[in-house]
Amino acid sequence: MSSKAAVTDASHAAVASSETTPRQSPQYKAWLAGQQREKRLIAIAQFGLVVLFLLLWEIAPRMHWVNPMLTSYPSAVVQAFLQMIADGQFGEHVFVTLTEVVVSFAIAMVLGTIIAVLLWMSPQLERVLDPFLVVLNALPKIALVPIFYIWLGATGSIYAVAVAVALFITILMLYTGFSQSDPNKIKLVRTLGATRWQMLTKVVLPGNVHTFIATLKANAGLSLVGVIVGEFQASKAGLGYLITYGSQIFRMDMVMAAIVLLGFISLAIYALIQLVEMRINKPAARAD
Amino acid sequence: MIVPKIEFRHVNLRYFTPKGETLALRDINFKVEQGEFVSIVGQSGCGKSTLLSLLSGLIKPTEGEVLIDGKTVTGPSPQVGFMLQQDSLFEWRSIVDNALLGPEIRGDDMGAARRKAEALLTRYGLGDFLHSKPSELSGGMRQRAALARTMCLTPDILLLDEPFSALDFQTRLSIADEIGDIIRKENKTAVLVTHDIPEAIAMADRVIVLSRRPGRIKSIHDIAFPSHGNDRPGSFAARETTEFPSYFNTVWEELEVHVE
Repeated sequence: MSSKAAVTDASHAAVASSETTPRQSPQYKAWLAGQQREKRLIAIAQFGLVVLFLLLWEIAPRMHWVNPMLTSYPSAVVQAFLQMIADGQFGEHVFVTLTEVVVSFAIAMVLGTIIAVLLWMSPQLERVLDPFLVVLNALPKIALVPIFYIWLGATGSIYAVAVAVALFITILMLYTGFSQSDPNKIKLVRTLGATRWQMLTKVVLPGNVHTFIATLKANAGLSLVGVIVGEFQASKAGLGYLITYGSQIFRMDMVMAAIVLLGFISLAIYALIQLVEMRINKPAARAD
Repeated sequence: MIVPKIEFRHVNLRYFTPKGETLALRDINFKVEQGEFVSIVGQSGCGKSTLLSLLSGLIKPTEGEVLIDGKTVTGPSPQVGFMLQQDSLFEWRSIVDNALLGPEIRGDDMGAARRKAEALLTRYGLGDFLHSKPSELSGGMRQRAALARTMCLTPDILLLDEPFSALDFQTRLSIADEIGDIIRKENKTAVLVTHDIPEAIAMADRVIVLSRRPGRIKSIHDIAFPSHGNDRPGSFAARETTEFPSYFNTVWEELEVHVE
């Protein structure tokens, strides 16, 4: 009984009780050990996959199975990486791209939240704007890059693309979350005499923290896409610039190094959001 | 003449949709006196919850009037407390902050309200859980917290919309007993909507039976338990009285008739 309870304890919501942990049965210990083993195997497999990929990437061009001009090698990428760090180039490019990402991410988030709130506050406005939002969301924003470039110049267009890519999905995700707020809680605060604004601040916003987190995650990736595409079109610095420039002068090591770095940046942003999420979820017990 | 606490005057309610209009309630006409406990029974979709929405001012009648203390209901008022099917406690708030929702929305003095909420919760046996999150409480405790939230605005009318239906059977019986007790002791006027006939009878002074849609009043039954002496038994004891089965049969038949 005790081992069974321990195995399925994830589904047990604590009901104001603080039982001492039951003694572990041999079966449970075996089960735990099995779980550990499986975890280790998965980690080894993941690590192995990376090593295999890097080895193949290094060997294939050297053996001339593929043209090294097209693929470069990991060792060359690392060298390019180190050299660019040494002459201070990388710092500058990363800084430019990161600034653009953070700023446009913030603009999209704030603007998107304001618009989603307005739509929720006024159902009439939502009904008027709905078809336009759907079309704008479906439109590939990248198609607007040349227009933005003509209107706003090199720097402005980068921000504009990144915001445009992230904004509409922000509005739609948040608005959908808002409109799916628990109808019972809404009814409850209505019986207490709440105004629509109070419904928003007491029920809709605090009840949609998870929607915000999901939107943050989606937006981090999208702003990065927007910024890189913007930099492709016209820029003098940034990782997107490095990628286009590198490919024009056929420095594949430079291109690959920039791409690897981009991967790390998106990973870092994602980890940061994950951290925020954990911080928010910590005090509250599991919500059902 | 004493003004009744609650009065429905020939109330009709129609729902409008693009497909057409539906008559949900027809010629609802009844009074509830101060301190009375009235149960409304009827099958699902007969409009019994709608009656409570009308009383609380969430919706307005298409025709007729709903009055409290002789005045037409125009919107939600702190005088009317509503207990819903789900306890709907906010999982991001502590129990005491949940109980403070009403005063917060009404913009009341929060210091006094906090003292009141704490006193209520303590009285309902939740003194040790003031700062717990709802997820740490059992179903019955959650429902008592919801009652404290309702009582925190000191309503003199309580509307109960199947507030026990989400609880398991045992908890349900004892919570109904407790809450019935509290309501009687504080001399509140209460309207309970339920499809549980024993619950309706055990808690009320009168049971109103609604017909199927469009809901209209089919019959009204006065409930009294003379075998129990002068004071009204609690809802637990009421189920044990000799009168109980015959009330049950009467109401049951009233409801049964239009299944056919």
